[in-house]
Amino acid sequence: MRRSAITTAITVALAALSTQALARDSIWIAGSSTVFPFSTAVAETFGRESSFPTPKVESLGTGGGFKLFCSGVGVDKSDISNASRAMKRSEYEQCQANGVTEITEVKFGYDGIAIANSKGAPVIDLTLSELWLALAKDVPNEAGEFVANPYKKWSEINANLPDAAIEVLGPPPTSGTRDAFVELAMEGGCNQFDAVKALKESDQDTHKAVCHGVREDGAFVEAGENDNLIVQKLVANPNALGIFGYSFLDQNGDKIQGARIAGVEPTFETIADGSYPVSRSIYFYVKNAHVGTIPGIAEYVAEFTNEKAWGPDGYLADKGLISLPDEMRASVAAKAQALAPMDQPSK
Amino acid sequence: MNKSSTAGAPPRRTIEIVNASLKRRYARERRFRALGLTAVVLGVFFVVLLFADIIGKGHTAFQQTYVRLPVTFDAAVIDPSGTGDPEVLRQANYGALIRAALREAFPEVTERREIRALGAMISVGAPSHLRDQVLADRGLIGTTQEVWLLADDDIDMLVKGHIDRKLPESERRVNDQTLGWVERLESEGRVAKRFNTIFFTHGTSREPELAGIAGALAGSFYTLLLTLLFSFPIGVGAALYLEEFAPKNRWTDLIEVNINNLAAVPSIVFGLLGLAVFIGIFGVPRSTPLVAALVLTLMTLPTIIIASRAALKSVPPSIREAALGVGASPLQTQLHHVLPLAMPGMLTGSIIGMAQALGETAPLLMIGMIAFIVDIPSGFTSPSTVLPVQIFLWADSPERAFVERTSAAIMVLLAFLILMNLSAVLLRRRFERRW
Repeated sequence: MRRSAITTAITVALAALSTQALARDSIWIAGSSTVFPFSTAVAETFGRESSFPTPKVESLGTGGGFKLFCSGVGVDKSDISNASRAMKRSEYEQCQANGVTEITEVKFGYDGIAIANSKGAPVIDLTLSELWLALAKDVPNEAGEFVANPYKKWSEINANLPDAAIEVLGPPPTSGTRDAFVELAMEGGCNQFDAVKALKESDQDTHKAVCHGVREDGAFVEAGENDNLIVQKLVANPNALGIFGYSFLDQNGDKIQGARIAGVEPTFETIADGSYPVSRSIYFYVKNAHVGTIPGIAEYVAEFTNEKAWGPDGYLADKGLISLPDEMRASVAAKAQALAPMDQPSK
Repeated sequence: MNKSSTAGAPPRRTIEIVNASLKRRYARERRFRALGLTAVVLGVFFVVLLFADIIGKGHTAFQQTYVRLPVTFDAAVIDPSGTGDPEVLRQANYGALIRAALREAFPEVTERREIRALGAMISVGAPSHLRDQVLADRGLIGTTQEVWLLADDDIDMLVKGHIDRKLPESERRVNDQTLGWVERLESEGRVAKRFNTIFFTHGTSREPELAGIAGALAGSFYTLLLTLLFSFPIGVGAALYLEEFAPKNRWTDLIEVNINNLAAVPSIVFGLLGLAVFIGIFGVPRSTPLVAALVLTLMTLPTIIIASRAALKSVPPSIREAALGVGASPLQTQLHHVLPLAMPGMLTGSIIGMAQALGETAPLLMIGMIAFIVDIPSGFTSPSTVLPVQIFLWADSPERAFVERTSAAIMVLLAFLILMNLSAVLLRRRFERRW
């Protein structure tokens, strides 16, 4: 009895090892958690409506996705990489070095970063420079010297802002949303100061540290990767502001409201036309060497770049995607479906 | 002189000293008991709070809103040439049937945008349910049937009261027009909440109304099965050797310290090891129950070894001596006499180790289990996810309807954990022998 049980166990284990998928038959997508909701929606529809199996989508973060994507060609490497920023030159070179030579870049939409507070509180209108003053680690004083951020209340920065303590909940540094927030909002705000501008010419490293440094004295609270949690905390605390992807604002419009940035409210329209300043492009990258080896990649790209998916009325819009302008969609779709390889990124 | 000055106070007897301190000592004991009781009450309070919160949020997920509409199974749409070919039936546009049924129920809706909004009330998964009905019963073609159609997640949230109907339109996810339609359907008795079978039979989905835990449950099942198959024999074997056969020297001491240390290593470390060794060197496929089981085996082994050694230690030496005395070899002594007596304790340790493995997410983050996998895994090497990871992914989804589903999935996970721990307790009660 015992012997047969052990034999069965060994047989099962060996069978499991020997059936190890040498040829993968489903697409493997990995990368940004920002792109994850869109990528999974396309993958699911693709699996339902085509004869191919549903792709596997992993949420590793943009950097982790590229690392896997650029590690080589083969069934044990991912086929498509999702990214909430463009591929960097260093990543492209890494790809080239590992034999991933032809990569198709598909920019498929925009993602806005919303700064929001509870619906009960007044709508806040901030400029990027005010936002930077509120959140930076070091700010210039009147003499143009950098001192530790002295601001405790919004009203100390601008008398028109509420007389409440600065309390901002945001994502941790591992998050793509945080990267984008720092690059778009913080850097955009800090470059409006003469003292910082002078730095940019003289000392780029210090300039970056000054612009990207987020204060650590409790005014900025790292609230974890879970944006739903930030929404709950905002509802509980009307004085706090939260930073998260636009789709969470869209889904929770009854609980929270977006702050105006330089007078522009975050909406589909303002993010799409670029007037809302804290928005970024989102991408996916296709490994051309896998097309034809792994079935369905070209069809997946076609599904993603189809009007019924990424168009302004498509199902991705329901998930919070902000579509590219019409002409741009047409040209990107043509390039993507032809799998035209990208050039080396300039930075 | 001195003596006469203290003569007024009689010498203190021991009993008086005891009596004087008695009150203080009783008070100290009462304080200790009160503190202990407070700790227990506090613990119970938080457990109740946790359960109340989860069940309060999650119980509604076990019901799902359906809309009853008369659907005409139009032969011209389903099978225009009347071939009856299953492939034709499978490819037919069932969405058109639903749209036609909705148009019929709301004849006043004519504008293209409004028709879209009308169609959005029904889940994108509803057409495939119609397809399954037709494939199961060809006789439906050409008839008109009252069919319960799966409602979209926003409608579901509205019917369940998670979206406040009194809010102004601009702040509500469902606009006035759709709300009007839903209220009309409700007054006609065409909206009902039914048991959510999809939640238990489907894999995950981006549409909350179509999302289920079957895929994650199957993944957890395969993973745990393999973990048990790997870790139990190794764990028991290691314990048996270390406890009964190994010489007691510096090396075995070192091994013992290391095993105890491993039990306390943060589980994410095992994930990193799994990524580097199992995936990197041995090429075990990512995101599969096999690699997850290998990693979880490493994690549960110390627990099983420690519990098994304790179980072996509790078997009295007289058993061994008696067996050896009647001529059994040391191996026979162990396998025929000691092991069966120690087995209940070993199983208890293993079940607790398995329960730990069932609830574990951190080591799985590194080996590609945080993935969106729709298809229910069919074996040890098909891509899959596990229950706690599914909870993590749902908790991070923006759609409102995932909040209740997250809590419902937690309820299922807790139910399994309670079941496993309960069986460990029962096993111990039933079979454990005391000498």
